[in-house]
Formats: sequence, structure tokens, C-alpha cells
Amino acid sequence: MPFKSLETFNTVTDRNVLALQEAKAAGRKVVGQYCIYSPLEIALAAGAIPVSLCGTKNDSIAIAESMLPRSLCPLVKSSFGFALQDSCPYLAASDIVVADATCDGKKKMYELLNDYKPVVLLQLPQIQNEDAALYWRGQFAGLVARLEKEFSVSISREKLLDAVRLTNRLRRALKGVLDLARRKPSPLSGMDILSLCFRASFMPDYEQCIALLDDIAREIANAASAEAQTECPRILLTGVPTGMGSHKVVQLLETCGARVVCIDNCTCYKKVLLQMDETRDPLSELADRYLATHCSVMSPNPHRYEVLEALARDFQVDAVVDLTWQGCQTYDVESWSVKKFVREKLSLPFLQIVTDYSETDTEQLKVRIEAFLEMLA
Amino acid sequence: MPVAGVDVGSVAAKAVILDEISLTPLGAAVLPTGWNPREAGEKALAAASADAGNVAPRFVAATGYGRVSLPFADKVVTEISCHAAGAVHLFPETGVVLDIGGQDSKVISTDPDGSVQDFLMNDKCAAGTGRFLQVLSGILDMDLPALGEAAAHGKPAAISSMCAVFAETEIIGLLARGVPPADVAAGVFLSIARRMRSLASRIPMRGQCTFTGGLAMSPAFRNLLAAELGVPVNVPPQPQLAGALGAALLAARISRK
Repeated sequence: MPFKSLETFNTVTDRNVLALQEAKAAGRKVVGQYCIYSPLEIALAAGAIPVSLCGTKNDSIAIAESMLPRSLCPLVKSSFGFALQDSCPYLAASDIVVADATCDGKKKMYELLNDYKPVVLLQLPQIQNEDAALYWRGQFAGLVARLEKEFSVSISREKLLDAVRLTNRLRRALKGVLDLARRKPSPLSGMDILSLCFRASFMPDYEQCIALLDDIAREIANAASAEAQTECPRILLTGVPTGMGSHKVVQLLETCGARVVCIDNCTCYKKVLLQMDETRDPLSELADRYLATHCSVMSPNPHRYEVLEALARDFQVDAVVDLTWQGCQTYDVESWSVKKFVREKLSLPFLQIVTDYSETDTEQLKVRIEAFLEMLA
Repeated sequence: MPVAGVDVGSVAAKAVILDEISLTPLGAAVLPTGWNPREAGEKALAAASADAGNVAPRFVAATGYGRVSLPFADKVVTEISCHAAGAVHLFPETGVVLDIGGQDSKVISTDPDGSVQDFLMNDKCAAGTGRFLQVLSGILDMDLPALGEAAAHGKPAAISSMCAVFAETEIIGLLARGVPPADVAAGVFLSIARRMRSLASRIPMRGQCTFTGGLAMSPAFRNLLAAELGVPVNVPPQPQLAGALGAALLAARISRK
């Protein structure tokens, strides 16, 4: 990748662990978070650093299977394995983990995780209506009280609003970068997008992150369009979270000749959809916005289709690929409805890929992906 | 000018030579793949070229799991596109192609021009594939025709396992309980046919159904599959060659340009 700002971003984020440890040594508290439903803003308002935790590598799965069933999804197993073998520096640095009862596998795993780190489990409702939003606000209020007690701080409305303003800026900055891929041809590869979102999620200094992302957006926006290269099929990837270590499908799609231009999942584009209204009661606004996230645990899950339609249009995609981790029942079942929607309403080709983090099915996936791309040609 | 399609599968390497204009078959060959897919592909191509009267194909398309290991290939295409093209060429009314190969099974929805509209493949596990029958063949010490003969007369024993490895355990258990081998063979045939039916049920059935791949060589199995699907099933005279034929057709299309 020839972009200087992207190289700078990589150099800075290579030091994420070090920067977090320095901040901790200087007295900052660290709140580890797994899921997009866990709000960054409450930890920020408590003066702590919210940071993502590891869960995207295959290496930690074997040890996790000493306690967890093999048939569980790789994301849950990988996350737990990192805790068992104490190999996630972000988890090690965390004073507390904020998690939410997203799916059955996760919530039962968090019960076990509690033996290794204190876990605050937010009870996520699985429907998006007013009652649920009110209940969810109650969970957030509980988190406020818990962090106030843990860290001996007081979380005022003003502090929450400051946090909301900060994360809004962060998400706008990230959106500015991700939206560069709307251009035809896209200046960013899917692997660039995935790596960038992944690295940003571990960055302790949010202001620095915003500045770096703005630099990337500025440099690439001003760069001349790439010389007339032949345009690859543009893919919208939707479904389960991905990160470095669980990137194989993005990589395979691109080595087989496609370009992943948008990743509609919790680790990438779903994040930038969380824009808060800065004029409302912050806890109500946080509860409403976070609850609106279109994860397949929601039933029904109408926003999934609205977002797919908008992204397919905005990113001018040629096809949709739905990624499902083995054992993730909600995404696996929902894939049927997504397929129907993509084919019938969006009139786009659709492929579901069910796999895990291992390399064992690479050849079979290649056949599937190559055949899908041959179909698009 | 002759063109060639080479299909190196997990069990057999196949090659077909066609005339690029008339699309008349000039020669063909089927050889066991063994451990070296590159050598198997080379030998299959050489045998098919000899069969065609020692011609030198001017364009070669490669497919099958060994497709990337063939240095002489001018074009590499997946077996999904090739089976679709081959099946539609042989049976122009084809709308759905069922292919059961050595290590995977596929259901492909095709357009009248032989291109792929949609497809599904079995998961990582080998249940419902030719590999499953190889396991059975080893345990019962019968080849495919003998298995078919036995299965046609047996009363299908229930095989519940979805996994080829566990199914082997289950088969041994059935035999230990004194279930006749013919009933076990019938049970395995039925379980493969049902898996294929369940895969096919996820793709809209339209046009005729064409069955390709090594397993289509068994008359007993194709009858069973047709009965399970509830529709007649076309079977080419050499179903194993459908992928190589499809590759040769795509080679001809590119070569003519």
C-alpha cells in the first residue's frame, strides 16, 4: 500500500499494547470490551480507556476446547482461550471486562470468564422496541453505578456528553476512511479495511486515532485515482465479526480476484452507524442507538435489510457474501432470509460461507469462491 | 483445431479432446489420480491425445482440485462451471446439475447457455460423497457395481450418522449386530441420496435434472436418486467425464475468440 498516512497509522498502532501499558502505569483504568453492544462512552466518562479484547485467532481455540464444547463458535472459543492461556495483553491490562448477553454461547462463556477477570454482564434485550430500549437504559445505568464504585469516580451527564462527542468524532473519522472505498475502483482493499478497523479498536488514545484516520482520509481523497486498472467484482461482505487472524475469507475473496469494498459487521462498518444525537439525554440516546445495531441475535432484525440495501447502493457492489462462523446459529439461520432479500430485492448474486478460523477448508472455500466469481463474470 | 479439458479430481484424472469448431469429441481418458495430481493430469492428457490420434491440443483448460498443479494449463476454471457447461452441452434442457465426486457433492442451477446461476456444496465433511462409498467398499470388500447390486436388493438399514468417519463406526456396528451387508449397502446408498435431496431442496428445481460425477456410473444409485428426488434424472454415458468435457468446451470458447 503506497499511502504514507496508512503506513504511519500502522507504525503507531503497532505500539498499541505499549501505549496501553504506559497509560495504565500513569494511573488510567482500562475497561476491556468484546461486543459492539457494550458502550464505549460509559467507560470513557469514568475516565477509563475502553479497549477491544482478543478473540480472532485460531491458536487459542485448542486450549479453550479443554472446557468449552468443540461445536461452539470459534469467536467464543478463541476469546475464552486467550483468557485461559493469558495471552491477550489487552485483557491482562483490563481492570474489568464489560460484556453483554449477545448470544447463548457468549453469555455462558462469560460466566466462566468471571473466574479470570471481573465481568460486568449487561443483559441485552433481543427485540428493538421502546420497552427494550428502556430496559437497556437501565442496564447502562447499572454499568454507570458499577464503574463509579469500581473506580471511585462520579459519572456526570456532562462527562457522558463529552464522551458522546468524542466517539461521534471517532466514528465520523472512521467512516471518512471506510467511505473512500465507495470510489470505483476502490483505493482500499478489503484487507486494508479489516486491518485498519482491527488496529483502531485496540488504540488507547482516541484523539490520536481520530487525527490519524483524518490524515488517511485526506491523503487518499486527494490522491489521483489509480491508473485505469481493470475493475474487480466489488463485494459487500456481511455477517459475523472478523479481525486479523479470522480474515481468511476476506483474503481468499481478494486472492481469487474480487475486491471487498464494504464489511457490514461489528468489527467494521456497523461501528460507524452508531452516530449519537448530542442534544438528548445521553443514557437514553446511548441505549437507543446501541440497541439499534443489526446483529442476528435481534428478533426480528429489520435494520439488517435496510443497511444491506443502503450499503449495496452506496458502495455500488456486484455481489453480497454472507460469512457465518460455524456454530453461530442466529447468523446461520438468518442467512436464508438475507439470501432471499439480496436475490429478490437487490437483484444481486449471493453466497453464504460457513467456516471457522482454521485453514483446513481453504481449498474447498477456494472452489466455492472461484466458482462464485466465475458466475459474476 | 483440437482443444482439451483436464479434470484432476481426488479419485480420478480425466481428459477430453474436442474439435474447437464442431465440438465433436476426438478422444478421452480416465486414470486414477494417485498421490501426484500433476503427473496424473499430464498422463490423462497424453492418453486422451493418443486416443484422439496423437493430436496436440492448442488450448488446455484445467479443472478439479488438482487444477492449479498443472503447468501446461492455459486456463484454470472451477469444476462447478465445468460440470454446468458439460451437463448442459450433453442435455440442453438441463436446469439443475447434481454432481457427486470423490470428496464433495454439488447442486448447480444452470442457465440455458451452460453458465452457473447458483450452486451449493456439501460442508467440510465427506458424508454424502464418493469417499463415503469408498469407506463402505473397503468394509464390505465389494466394488461399486457389486455394492449397487447388493443395494438394489437390500432393505435399507438406518444410517443416522452425518459424518463419514462416524458412519464407518456405525456400519461396523450394524454388521456386528448381524445386519446383512446388502441392507447396509442399501442404507448407505439411501443416506447419500437423501443428503443430495436435502442439498437440492435449497435450489429451485427447474428444467431437467442431470447427474454427473463418478457415482452416476452406478445404475442402482441413480435410480435411487431419481426416486428420492421424484423427478427423472439424465445420466451421460460417461458421467465421470462431464467436468473434463465442460473444461474442453470452455477451452474451445476461449480458443475461438
